[in-house]
Amino acid sequence: MFKLARFLKKYRLQVIFGPIFKLTEAIFELIVPLVMADIIDKGISSSDEGFIYRAGALIVVLGVCGLAFALICQYMASVASQGFGTELRRELFSHIDSLSHSELDEFGTASLITRLTSDVNQLQVAVAMLIRLVVRAPFLVLGATVMAFTIDFKLSLIFVAAIPLIAVTLWFVTAKTIPFYKNIQKKLDKTARITQENLIGARAVRAFAKQEHEEERFRENADDINRIAVRAGKISALLNPVTSIILNLAVVAIIWLGGYSVDAGELSQGQIIALVNYMNQILLALIVVSNLVVIFTKSAASAARINEVLEALPSVKENTNAEPHMAENAPMIEFDGVYFSYHNNGENALENIDFTANKGETIGIIGGTGSGKSTLINLIPRFYDVSGGAIKVKGVDVRDYPLKRLRSMIGVVPQKAALFSGTVRDNMKWGKSDITDSEIENALKTAQAYDFIKELPDGLDSMILQEGKNLSGGQKQRLTIARALCRKPEILILDDSASALDYATDLKLRTAIKENCGDMTVIIISQRANTVKAADKIIVLNDGAAVGIGTHKELLASCGEYCEICLSQFSAEEIEKELQDE
Amino acid sequence: MNKNKSGGFSVLARLMKFTKPYTAYLIFTVIGAVVSALATLYAPVLIGEAIDCIISAGNVDFQKIFPIVIKLAAVVFAGAVFQWFMGYCTNILTQNTVRDLRISAFNKLQSVPLKYIDSTPHGEIISRVVADIDIISDGLLQGFQQLFTGVVTIIGTLCFMLSINPAISLVVILITPLSLIVASTIARLCSKKFKEQAKLRGEVTALAEEYIGNQKVVKAFSQEENAEQRFEALNQKLYKVGVRAQFYSALTNPSTRFVNGLVYAGVGIFGALNALTPGGITVGQLSCFLSYANQYTKPFNEISGVIAELQSAFASARRVFALIDSSDEVSDSADKALTDIKGNVELKDVDFSYTPDKELIKGLNLSVSSGQHIAIVGPTGCGKTTVINLLMRFYDTDSGVIKVDGAPIKEVTRNSLRSGYGMVLQETWIFEGTVRENIAYGKPDATDEEIIAAAKAAHCHSFIRRLKKGYDTVISETSGLSQGQKQLLCIARVMITMPPMLILDEATSSIDTRTELKIQNAFSRMTGGKTSFIVAHRLSTIKEADCILVMNAGRIVEIGNHRSLLEKGGFYAELYNSQFKQT
Repeated sequence: MFKLARFLKKYRLQVIFGPIFKLTEAIFELIVPLVMADIIDKGISSSDEGFIYRAGALIVVLGVCGLAFALICQYMASVASQGFGTELRRELFSHIDSLSHSELDEFGTASLITRLTSDVNQLQVAVAMLIRLVVRAPFLVLGATVMAFTIDFKLSLIFVAAIPLIAVTLWFVTAKTIPFYKNIQKKLDKTARITQENLIGARAVRAFAKQEHEEERFRENADDINRIAVRAGKISALLNPVTSIILNLAVVAIIWLGGYSVDAGELSQGQIIALVNYMNQILLALIVVSNLVVIFTKSAASAARINEVLEALPSVKENTNAEPHMAENAPMIEFDGVYFSYHNNGENALENIDFTANKGETIGIIGGTGSGKSTLINLIPRFYDVSGGAIKVKGVDVRDYPLKRLRSMIGVVPQKAALFSGTVRDNMKWGKSDITDSEIENALKTAQAYDFIKELPDGLDSMILQEGKNLSGGQKQRLTIARALCRKPEILILDDSASALDYATDLKLRTAIKENCGDMTVIIISQRANTVKAADKIIVLNDGAAVGIGTHKELLASCGEYCEICLSQFSAEEIEKELQDE
Repeated sequence: MNKNKSGGFSVLARLMKFTKPYTAYLIFTVIGAVVSALATLYAPVLIGEAIDCIISAGNVDFQKIFPIVIKLAAVVFAGAVFQWFMGYCTNILTQNTVRDLRISAFNKLQSVPLKYIDSTPHGEIISRVVADIDIISDGLLQGFQQLFTGVVTIIGTLCFMLSINPAISLVVILITPLSLIVASTIARLCSKKFKEQAKLRGEVTALAEEYIGNQKVVKAFSQEENAEQRFEALNQKLYKVGVRAQFYSALTNPSTRFVNGLVYAGVGIFGALNALTPGGITVGQLSCFLSYANQYTKPFNEISGVIAELQSAFASARRVFALIDSSDEVSDSADKALTDIKGNVELKDVDFSYTPDKELIKGLNLSVSSGQHIAIVGPTGCGKTTVINLLMRFYDTDSGVIKVDGAPIKEVTRNSLRSGYGMVLQETWIFEGTVRENIAYGKPDATDEEIIAAAKAAHCHSFIRRLKKGYDTVISETSGLSQGQKQLLCIARVMITMPPMLILDEATSSIDTRTELKIQNAFSRMTGGKTSFIVAHRLSTIKEADCILVMNAGRIVEIGNHRSLLEKGGFYAELYNSQFKQT
């Protein structure tokens, strides 16, 4: 938790002075019972009205000053805690931006977002509490005890006995109930899971007429929650009664023993009242302390999760000073004995991949799920580093390029069509920041997206909602292709990015790319043999190994896996017919 | 029945209806609240009486103190016991009520029309069943506990004070409105800022989801700086609102402490002055007043907190009740069950649309005799599932009839109709449970032999055996089975019930070729001799079908067999050519 303290640096002033103001307020609060004791002892017993007014006014003044100091402290706490959170969020976001794909995969999006939002919020609360209460509450406990000692040593021993008892009760109840609440949280997650399963599977549940079974399953879980919550409730219901018994017994002891002291002339009546007051203040402060313990336990966990992200280092290290000397006659892309493993655990996701792609060529990559198709293309823009071998672009190892330079040559169309909130034009500008409208239109035309964009009332200025919610799957895919084309890349990578297009549009798209982007090297990943059939070179992947490289015809003759894929998609007669046609 | 706009009172009334089975606990809660609050109030009186016996040196009446102290201990103890009892009862009351509420919300999901589930975002429904009900539980717990004690404490305090000394009580009563005004002003300020803050936080989360979720695209286009700028702009806005929200909410404690201090000072001054007058209050009574003054504003703060909490609980309750009130599927008009189904299906003049302004199916006629195969084809997203929705009666036709073996499906029970079909959809459905439970879903009393036989027929026996615990491995949608494996399990699930009619959605783009062959294989094993409706992607399936329904943009555009459709030269012919002929 303390590692994150550096984000408070800017708010040093608030962190130091906030608690001091709060402390002053607490001191005032401790003085009040003493003044009241004076009113009783001096004012009433000597019938001094003036004294009562003066002392009463003093209490009001103490209250007003206390309020002012407290407000200053609260304001400082707000500025410091929100400022801390803002700086932390900024740093965390830009750190996440700097991480490479391996680290992002490892954390997972959902987890990163939780850390960026609720974990940071939790720490903000902790910082505010740190300034507002961490000094105040224990100080009140200590202060009230010390004040009690200044009044009477013997009676203060009652405080010394009661405080640990109350503290132990608080600790006991908190420690006992926390596991219950964790358990309830887990069961609530299960509630969500069952509900979700039933929503997704609504058709299946009804098709099998299993509604009652599902209701029973849900009921069991609801009963579980009920049972745990009731047990937790039994324990937490103890807190108030037990502390109140301890407190009041302490008060009884003060009165009883105090009676002897007053009888002996050692104490006054007003002082007894003051002692009773201090006892009450201590109880209130201890309850605050127990809440603080809970808040800080949670915050420590949040801080650990945030630190984990901040300490992760990008595995792809950039060589910013590199000045690559590209050879004009070298092949565009060259895989030279490439090995890759995701966790460096020896389980290779890619094994000994060797191929070259020249300028203007189209390379098709085909293979089953998990055969390593996406892995292979992710290595070209250096999203991951190879574990063995080398990848060269224009004759230069990809590790010898500055990242921006390398990636600016490549247009990637990812499998999941991801668009960003903003206008169509904003999205296209990602490809090239100073792009003109006519360039955008050309790209849209090639990507077969021009027609539907033209029909939108605002054309290029039409808003795209988050995740492109207002577009169909096929429209999104075509826009992501257009975005990649906008940067006029030398290498275009299509990662199964036409899966939502019907066959006719898919064909038009491929034809248009061929016509308009003649010198582009295109890499197409697909599950459809039909899509890669016309490529200059097809790479057939199976379990991370290239089991065949060649043209459609060559592979039909030589590669068993390729034949199997084609057979599952065309009927045997069609393939035969096709072979005869040529 | 739309209860969305109903006021807080009627929501409360409905919530109270859910507590009805637990009325005994409710009564105990009230008794507990009254007794414990009275005990808490009586204790300062006793302490005051005791202090009055301790006047000065040599002037302490131990004879009188002793019984008072004993009485005090007894009162405190009784108060504590009743306080615990109240906590215990409210907890049971709340937890049981909430459980019932949750169960009825979930059970509702089993009887609403599919249309409701299809058209409501799942996240929203889940948050009603989980988060909203949790908020209700917090609200009820706080409400039952603190509202009762709070009200009793305030009334009790006033009565006690008035009975001791009306004049000083007046001081307390006069300052009270101040406390209320302060509390409500702060609450108003806070709720405005909190709403703004919540909205901005939502925006930050959405932006983070967008950019972190698509971080790979951001990197591919080197847009890191752009992302950071957009994030920072929102981050600064959040800072400004955050400081305000945090500060306003932090006002509550010092302000109420201040008002409390004023009451305390007022009681001190007027009490002391009163004590000076002959026949005025005693010092002990003053001490009693002082401790009331210390405690008096506390229930006010608590009640204003509880009211805020109850308001959000009511808002949640409204959402939950809206779910519970949504209308059910039209109930089965007859309890006639389909038995011994042959598989003759007839659609006559069927009209259907999801929304009245967008007509989808118009005058569809189709007659399928037992054992025939119907292929449904068309581009992705053309609404092939619509036909399935009608056949299974997930949706009702707008007009026209669908008959199975001559019986209109609206005149038989839904369950008997649906059990007549075996359905394997592209979206697989695996629930959290063992492999065995997943396969035997439609036939819970299946023997091990039957389960294994179905698994073998669906080509999943071999991969199941390789799982850690074989058929007893717990699996779920996200447990690492491949899409193809999940599909095979769904096929096994249908295999075991062997219904007379089938609805199948052929393999997907994300399945590797070998598994695809296996699924294909399993499908044809299943469809032999059975009436089958197949959403087809493969030419071989399409060619062999007895009848092809060609769909585009949600509507059925052509019907016929492969040969007749090709001759017609329409949409099907175009589709066929684009798919299988290369330019």
